[in-house]
Amino acid sequence: MATAEAVQVITRARAARQARLLLVIVVLAAIVFVTFCVSLSLGDFKIPVIDVVKTLFGGGDKATEFIVNRLRLPRALTGLMVGAALGMSGAIFQSIARNPLASPDIIGVTYGASAFAVFAIVTLGLTGVAVSAFAIVGAVLTAFIMYVLAWRHGVSSYRLILIGIGIGAIATSLTSFLLTKARVEIAQQALIWLTGSLNGRDWSNVRSMGITLAVLAPLTVFMVQRLRILQLGDETAYGLGLRVESSRLGLIVIGVLLAAVATAAAGPIGFVAFVAPPIARRLTRSPGPAMIASALLGALVVALSDLIAQHAFGDTQLPVGVVTGVVGAPYLMFLLARSNRVGSGG
Amino acid sequence: MPPPSALAESAGRDTSAVAPSRPRRTRRVTLVAGLIVCVALLAVVSLLSIAVGSKQIPFSTVIDALRHYNEANTDHVIVHSLRVPRTVIGLLVGAALGLSGALMQGVTRNPLADPGILGVNGGAALFVVGGIYWFGLSSLTSYVWLAFVGAAAASVVVYLLGSLGREGVTPVKLALAGAAMTAMLGSLTTALLIGDVDTFDQFRFWSVGSLAGRGSDIAGPVAPFILIGIVLALVSGRVLNALSLGDDVAKSLGQRVGLARLFVAVIVVLLCGAATAAAGPIGFIGLTIPHVARLVTGPDYRWILPYSMLLAPILLLASDIVGRIVARPGELQVGIVTAVIGAPFFIILVRRRKLADL
Amino acid sequence: MENLVEHSLAADGLAVGYDQREIIHDLSVRIPTGKITVIVGANACGKSTLLKTMARLLKPSRGSVLLDGKSIQSIPTREVATKLGLLPQSPTAPEGITVADLVGRGRYPRTRWIRQWSKADDEAVAAAMTSTDVLEIADRPIDELSGGQRQRVWIAMALAQETDILLLDEPTTFLDLTHQFEVLDLLVDLNKQDDRTIVLVLHDLNQACRFGDHLIAMKDGAIAAEGNPREVITEEVVQDVFGLGVKIVPDPVAGTPMVVPIGRHTTRADAQPASVSSAAAALAASAAANGVCRPTDR
Repeated sequence: MATAEAVQVITRARAARQARLLLVIVVLAAIVFVTFCVSLSLGDFKIPVIDVVKTLFGGGDKATEFIVNRLRLPRALTGLMVGAALGMSGAIFQSIARNPLASPDIIGVTYGASAFAVFAIVTLGLTGVAVSAFAIVGAVLTAFIMYVLAWRHGVSSYRLILIGIGIGAIATSLTSFLLTKARVEIAQQALIWLTGSLNGRDWSNVRSMGITLAVLAPLTVFMVQRLRILQLGDETAYGLGLRVESSRLGLIVIGVLLAAVATAAAGPIGFVAFVAPPIARRLTRSPGPAMIASALLGALVVALSDLIAQHAFGDTQLPVGVVTGVVGAPYLMFLLARSNRVGSGG
Repeated sequence: MPPPSALAESAGRDTSAVAPSRPRRTRRVTLVAGLIVCVALLAVVSLLSIAVGSKQIPFSTVIDALRHYNEANTDHVIVHSLRVPRTVIGLLVGAALGLSGALMQGVTRNPLADPGILGVNGGAALFVVGGIYWFGLSSLTSYVWLAFVGAAAASVVVYLLGSLGREGVTPVKLALAGAAMTAMLGSLTTALLIGDVDTFDQFRFWSVGSLAGRGSDIAGPVAPFILIGIVLALVSGRVLNALSLGDDVAKSLGQRVGLARLFVAVIVVLLCGAATAAAGPIGFIGLTIPHVARLVTGPDYRWILPYSMLLAPILLLASDIVGRIVARPGELQVGIVTAVIGAPFFIILVRRRKLADL
Repeated sequence: MENLVEHSLAADGLAVGYDQREIIHDLSVRIPTGKITVIVGANACGKSTLLKTMARLLKPSRGSVLLDGKSIQSIPTREVATKLGLLPQSPTAPEGITVADLVGRGRYPRTRWIRQWSKADDEAVAAAMTSTDVLEIADRPIDELSGGQRQRVWIAMALAQETDILLLDEPTTFLDLTHQFEVLDLLVDLNKQDDRTIVLVLHDLNQACRFGDHLIAMKDGAIAAEGNPREVITEEVVQDVFGLGVKIVPDPVAGTPMVVPIGRHTTRADAQPASVSSAAAALAASAAANGVCRPTDR
């Protein structure tokens, strides 16, 4: 019934969409790589970018290799992975909730992680990996409570968001309470954690983060197809044969885990999960969650921010979370100002 | 045409709640009765707020202090110069937060928009921190003006950013610009705080949000702003009703959409800026009280606004009282207590009732 | 769409409700295969609920919906989606989605993780867009389209699913008269082309009579009358189901029953109501004589 001509129209439309997507991904990946190399080249001992690239591919001299691979690479890699995880997590939440404000920072998950981590720092006097463990437990527990409370013949995203706000408010107020009760030096240490920092990340961080991402990233890509159907609304999605509740649950679990591991690795770096998905969508002109582009953008925002945080202020090294807002916000605003039509959906 | 609203899915389901199944008059009677109950509750809570404190003063003495003030009596002085102004500030701040939350959600048509989304809290915080950091300011009165100016400046910038582009201010652009701005201001604030222990030490108490230690020296400057804001807010119900139907319908109803948004935004800044200046950033109330009000009233902003205005100070003052009792002889800041008391209540409401859409 | 297998849809002793309120009580029905079935009834009589239950969106508290004789709840939902398609009343599209992309998502039940997208999918999408006449606007974002175009795009999405049974919940709401008929004519075309079974909820009784082969009139969650439009739409049934006094005359174009509400304000100063029915009858007779549209066409 369909003429060859008609098929061609469809094929061409699809090819055009994919070509744009591919172009954006390639360009973004290139920019991320350049930023990555620049951040490896800068520091107390400057290394030419050329040598950095050589070293990365196994061809540098001993000293360079030590500085790049031992000292700088773990931090840079952690940054990239944290950014990618946050970007994907944000894309998932904003699509599920169909709300551009619903990043994991806003709907409670990271607040739960923060409350637990601050408790660990301030009350239990813990540091390092122990704090990360508390953060993960906090995030997962918060998400679990949210989901259970939001369940009533299935989970509506509206209810999930509102309950997330409620839980987030409790968690935030507990965090503030702990901060006011602590000795000010300890409280400030907690504040640095709350801002999000990549200082002193080593290969053990890279390994744990890498392994989790190796599991979660393919799962995310696998679930994108379902997310695209879920975006058509619950009824249409049912009609198309999607198991709506289990798909949504699966997506939420993945989104929470992504946010949780990122928070555990670097603290709740604000704004990345919020800003990466809308920028990715506008670049790719994709109606759905542009997952890979979001991940790359998240990585880029974190990498760029850390570059600035480390090197732009002379001797003071700021935590990366201070800079993410300053880097991401103007670009989002620029896009908003430029775009001609902005709807309401995520 | 399906409404493009982010939350369109619940709109279809809840039409039965919107349709006037009962005659309109009984509904109005019920709503008016509800308002009267709220006023009564508010009166009770206010009285309690004056009567209860970390120092136990007999109720008769409290009444006495209100009716025949005696300067020589320490209890009278406590009631008169501490508790009464504190209660008045609680009333003003609560009403301002409730109203500005309802206005903000109405104008952005987004249930996640609290008044802080215009950058009010972020701007206030940055200016307060800057004041402490650079000028060594440390009194609450000096924070008031800093916070107010910061709030106003930040929201003007957010509004201008949100209005860039061809079609002017849209709800989504406003919300995104506000969130972006808040994040940016937050970053700058943190940068200052991380560098300086003393500044952080002062700021952390301001940033929780508290009514403690606020006297008439604080109530005086903020009261006019809040009172003007309340009057303007209460007459804007019709405008919000029109805006809530979407830009196209609003225009066809003869509403000048851009002007209406600007008007509402100005009121939000007046109210929320003054409230933040007086008590520090209290986020939870502005965000959730309008939802509670909407559950009671349905989608009519002419009712949502007065209900928000009354319910918010009830929660704020009640939390403040609890904060004074639970940690005797110390106090728990009201910002902490509102969230801990209010959130479970809010969650129960969200679970039990069908949600009215924006 | 060459090798469609005929599928059957029926409901047996169905009871459905939201929360505590039961909306449909003990309802049994067989949807005639290869025909257009229209469900009519007053607001809140349960017609959308019935449609949603038949599309397995709602789970019945008692009884079951039978697809090919098997309980629909027991069949994997993706398999159902290859046999039965649904167009909800007000579907939501993600912002900025293009027509071709949206229609393509109808292929979801046919794709697998391993087998992503093939020539067959492109062909199905092209066919669906050709028959709904939306091929020229393939690259346009759906938010820029008119209501009628948008509804055709959604129908195209349901068609791309290549199901034998198609359920539509009030597909003509929000459309002007021209577009309403455009959509309904399209459904008849689809039904004729490959004997697709189509079930739709409609508000307009005259359209229901014109386009339905089979009518189900619902009242208070039960079936009040069922069968050929001529048998179902009588003055008594309409009075019973809608609580509205009507006169029934033959549709001057199609000859099917046409409902003329009596209402309270029947006369206007400048009109003579008595002549209406005879004029309509005359028109119908002349239409039939001229062969404009013979009711036996379908």
